[in-house]
Amino acid sequence: MAISAQTDADAAAEAPTPGLITRLARGNIELWANLLVITWAIVFMAWQGTGFAITIGTVFAIWAILAVSLNLVVGFTGLLSVGHVGFFGIGAYTMAVLTSNASYEAARTDAIPTYGWPFFAALPVAVVLAGVVAVVVGVAFNRFRDDIFVLVSFGFAIIAFNTFLNLREITRGAFGIHEIEKPAIGGWVIDGELEFLLFSLALLALVVLVSWLVVSSSFGRVLTAIREDEEAIAVFGYRVTHYKLAIWVISAMMAGLAGGLFASWTSFIDPNSFILLESMLLVSIVILGGLATIWGSLLGAMAFVLMEEGMRFLPFIPPEYVGQARQIVLGVLLVLLMLFRPQGLVGKYRL
Amino acid sequence: MEPSEQPTNGPLLRLTDIAVHYGAVIALNGVSLDVQRGEVVALMGPNGAGKSTVLKAIMGLAPVVTGEVHWRGDRLSAATHEIVQEGIAFVPQGRRVFTHLSIAENLEMGCLYLDDDAEQARRLEAVMELFPVLYPKRRDPASAMSGGQQQMLALGRGLMADPDLLLLDEPTLGLAPIIVTEVFEKVAEISERLRTTIMVVEHNIKGVLDIADRAYVLDKGNIAHEGTPQSVRDSTILTDVFLGRANPGQASED
Repeated sequence: MAISAQTDADAAAEAPTPGLITRLARGNIELWANLLVITWAIVFMAWQGTGFAITIGTVFAIWAILAVSLNLVVGFTGLLSVGHVGFFGIGAYTMAVLTSNASYEAARTDAIPTYGWPFFAALPVAVVLAGVVAVVVGVAFNRFRDDIFVLVSFGFAIIAFNTFLNLREITRGAFGIHEIEKPAIGGWVIDGELEFLLFSLALLALVVLVSWLVVSSSFGRVLTAIREDEEAIAVFGYRVTHYKLAIWVISAMMAGLAGGLFASWTSFIDPNSFILLESMLLVSIVILGGLATIWGSLLGAMAFVLMEEGMRFLPFIPPEYVGQARQIVLGVLLVLLMLFRPQGLVGKYRL
Repeated sequence: MEPSEQPTNGPLLRLTDIAVHYGAVIALNGVSLDVQRGEVVALMGPNGAGKSTVLKAIMGLAPVVTGEVHWRGDRLSAATHEIVQEGIAFVPQGRRVFTHLSIAENLEMGCLYLDDDAEQARRLEAVMELFPVLYPKRRDPASAMSGGQQQMLALGRGLMADPDLLLLDEPTLGLAPIIVTEVFEKVAEISERLRTTIMVVEHNIKGVLDIADRAYVLDKGNIAHEGTPQSVRDSTILTDVFLGRANPGQASED
């Protein structure tokens, strides 16, 4: 019939995709961004050696889980949340409290209760608890949009941080929690750096897979439509608030997973890892990589980690200022990005 | 299906004394109107008369203070997201296509609640047939289309719900004159070929009167005139309401 005849004509009319060299010559910024970050990563890791590459890889995996999960909310659904660190913290503290070492705690005067759970028992709890809190917070947040949503998510980050800081009976406040469990499967403890890296990358792969399934489904298409026009989508028969709540909770659970992983990796956490600034850096990574692209978040996380770690090697920055310098550099980078490439390294959609 | 007090030949849609207030602003002040099955009904009036608010009140998008909407004889109390499944599709003002989705994906949004892929595909084919201009571009993002094509897409997206009643809010707003004609022709074609009942809010009086079976003229939240397109053309009602005369419609009745 007529329609199938048109299909063939269309296929014939489609121009062939230009080759790699042609695209490079044409100044394809996406391709350049990919090549730059990947080459940078390889050269940097090769130069610094295996141990450094493993550390960078693990830091990358944790940031990437956070960035991909936040992109589901910020990029794909259009809800600019600056409170993601709250769910990261809930995951981390759940892991810390449930698995911290009993004998270590018993030796302290300010001991907190210990439960002695194994990592793999605590991780699902960390994920679920982040999800449960996300449901409660999300139901309240669902009535807000746009800039008001940014403000209330900001409020959530502040409340989360203050809870970690002041709920001393459970979190030991500013002193933090030590001796957090490493993952163990049967008798095999994942405590080697390389093993932990592979484990982290496996979890990242899981998060990427779930995210990809979500965004490429019809559910993901509704999210995109919500981002573009919330009112119009309601008219077509969608209960917008349910979709927003669903993706919010999925994203928070992934952040909880990252938190659990992070706590176990560092084996010590205190509230300073969960300050608002971390959320801001995370939003920056998502924007840097590109909104509404999973690959962009991976690339953004890699670029960020390379930049952060790379600054340690700049001779003119004293080591004690590296932490502050990364914020300045990232700030300048974001301003430049907004001026010249607001869609991020590989994104197509602008905030 | 039909309740006993409402005969099957009653109006498809009936609004009774609908009042809509946005805070202190009275957008609709007791509007009653009927839409019969198969009709094309035009809603006209100056800016701020409340034309679009009538459609929003039906869709549950406007704060209705008093009055009732009856659909097929039953009171319509569904929430906005449930109304499309009742058989009412809304094509909003400004087209509002999803620019980051492809044309086919935009159309699918119109009936994604179905959970029936075969039926979805059947409707997609039917809509493509009605709007041949969309077919060759079906995989392109909606942002790549002209305003006129986006309006066709918005109409098609509304039809994907296979509605009994199609509500069109200013379908020719901001389009070039030649495209305006095409849109009106397409609306007339939808009415003829699919027998879809259509209620259309329009500022383009000549165009909409040519395709309408009946027209309502709104003024300051009230219905100032109701009748055939010819009765609107014959009366001074439009000049009265557009020029803001004190007693709209009086001259024609004298």
